[in-house]
Amino acid sequence: MSLATVGDVERALVGEGYLPDRGLATAIYLAVALEQPVLLEGEAGVGKTEVARALASATGARLIRLQCHEGIDLHHAVYDWDYQRQLLAIRAAEAGGEARELFGREFLLRRPLLEALEADEQVVLLIDEVDRADDEFEAFLLEFLADFAVTIPELGTVTARRRPLVVMTSNRTRELHDAVKRRCLYHWIDYPTREREAEILRARLPGVPEAIVARVCSAVARLRAEELYKVPGVGETITWARALLALDPDADLDETLGVALKVREDIERVRAAGLLEGV
Amino acid sequence: MERLQDLAAALRGLGVRVGMGELLAAHRALAAVDAGSREEAYFALRATLCSSHADHAPFALAFAAVFGTEERALQGDPYEALGNLARAALPRVAVPAADETPALVDVDAVPAAWSAEELLRAKDFADYSDAERAAVRRLLARLALRAPMRRSRRTRATRGRGHVPDLRATTRASLRQGGELLERRWRVPTQRPRRLVLVLDVSGSMAPYARVLLQYVQASVAARTRVEAFAFGTHLTRITLELAGRDPDLALRRAAEHVTDWSGGTRIGASLATLNREHGRRIGRGAFVVLLSDGWDRGEPDELAAELGRLRRTAHRLVWLNPLAADPRFEPLTRGMRAAMPHLDRLLPGNTIASLEQLAELMEGELG
Repeated sequence: MSLATVGDVERALVGEGYLPDRGLATAIYLAVALEQPVLLEGEAGVGKTEVARALASATGARLIRLQCHEGIDLHHAVYDWDYQRQLLAIRAAEAGGEARELFGREFLLRRPLLEALEADEQVVLLIDEVDRADDEFEAFLLEFLADFAVTIPELGTVTARRRPLVVMTSNRTRELHDAVKRRCLYHWIDYPTREREAEILRARLPGVPEAIVARVCSAVARLRAEELYKVPGVGETITWARALLALDPDADLDETLGVALKVREDIERVRAAGLLEGV
Repeated sequence: MERLQDLAAALRGLGVRVGMGELLAAHRALAAVDAGSREEAYFALRATLCSSHADHAPFALAFAAVFGTEERALQGDPYEALGNLARAALPRVAVPAADETPALVDVDAVPAAWSAEELLRAKDFADYSDAERAAVRRLLARLALRAPMRRSRRTRATRGRGHVPDLRATTRASLRQGGELLERRWRVPTQRPRRLVLVLDVSGSMAPYARVLLQYVQASVAARTRVEAFAFGTHLTRITLELAGRDPDLALRRAAEHVTDWSGGTRIGASLATLNREHGRRIGRGAFVVLLSDGWDRGEPDELAAELGRLRRTAHRLVWLNPLAADPRFEPLTRGMRAAMPHLDRLLPGNTIASLEQLAELMEGELG
């Protein structure tokens, strides 16, 4: 499926059960048209990662995911050498086997970023939770995103065969460096409106009874209006609806509150205030 | 295209950073979308010109100013709604006039003699003259460098014995020996600055101390990465961005203008609630949290206790600096302090340079 207009992007994502708002569809379209990475921020559970998945399966592209974590470095993200096999190869050569190039492709372990550069097909590269990586890795990413090339000292420079479509997500546990942000298109994903959330439920759980959709959506809307430590995301909304499907559409929302809220104080507060009464 | 320049100028006027790179991207974006559609142009420009959520409200404002308002386009997106115009404008209206902000002295830093610094160490902040506040800056800057570290998940190669085997270095070393495995190499974890969160009480009762303590907070933000700064009286304000930058005077003035509840009442519990809820992610887990307050609270002690409990559970350490605690007769008897005591790792005075040194020692030592 080609993404030649903003409308195309919208239709492609909707086809995968992901309902984007207009701003998000525009940002994605521009990422394709301008070959620029797109940075998605938003509260937990608004579907940042899901965008990349939907995009990949709509376009038939391969999804390559780099999950960032603390302490991630070049050898987690780009390449490493298979040292165990190298050592074995040395032994084998000593024992009279053929001598092999130790720092050649045979012993190269490809990590997600190198994988994305060397892929022949169209790739959606998801760099997930980039805020968890440290400044040093962010500096490396900056270089990587600038020319889509990495240099492996023993092999030379590897340049992208086709530029991957890059989707980065951040949970804002820290502010990303300005230089990284400036290289990207930016979109903030908000919680969906109540109507849109109902549409999302219908798209994700085909055939879900309207009664469940209405109850869950209004319960979640009430919770989000409240001052809680952790407000439920779209993911929780979907799980809640599935919980009601599994139990019974009239099941008590208070009793299943643990699906949506995970902080004890929040649950107690909602129960004490009787917030979900009448839903 | 001239109007794009106007838009950039308007954005810069509202404090959004728009560089040449963003402008070029915006040009290309406009060419790529249906420029006849106001909506597409709006979102295309927003995606290229904004780089954070905070830029969205100024963008809506600038877009409307340059391209005119059009009711139809206003419907879809909440950021274009008029409420936000007010929101973007309000904080500016509420900034106190320049002469109302606490007089931040413009004395040229007098090179203080060592002995003079020594004298300052024990002097109560409340008794400082303007000249002394200026002179103490160097001391504070030096103090601010001392803060907690934590073990990182990153490792580095070591020549000695570590506890993570370094296959990379071991293989390379063995290659130098013709493939003979003679030497085992190791890696050790590196140290990184632990996140430091400073929460400063700027209410009326703290006024004698707030200015010097704000200097300390500013010095910390300037000296290290991963420092978050907040100020509160009746409500909480994040001042990290205002305090960053090279010029301390400018930074202090920016922060002072940004905080709207100087020398008013105190609602510690409510302020900490905001800290926990709105900035919980920013603080994250494992931060070293320092509260600088005298504990006079007009809010509910129960709320204070609950929020401190929450903060204590997500933070690595929770330390309270209370200028009143310097008095040997001090006992935490105010309702606020009584509620807080069970949740604190330590209660320190925080009224002199010497007491800040004590904090630095704790951060580097037993509490780090």
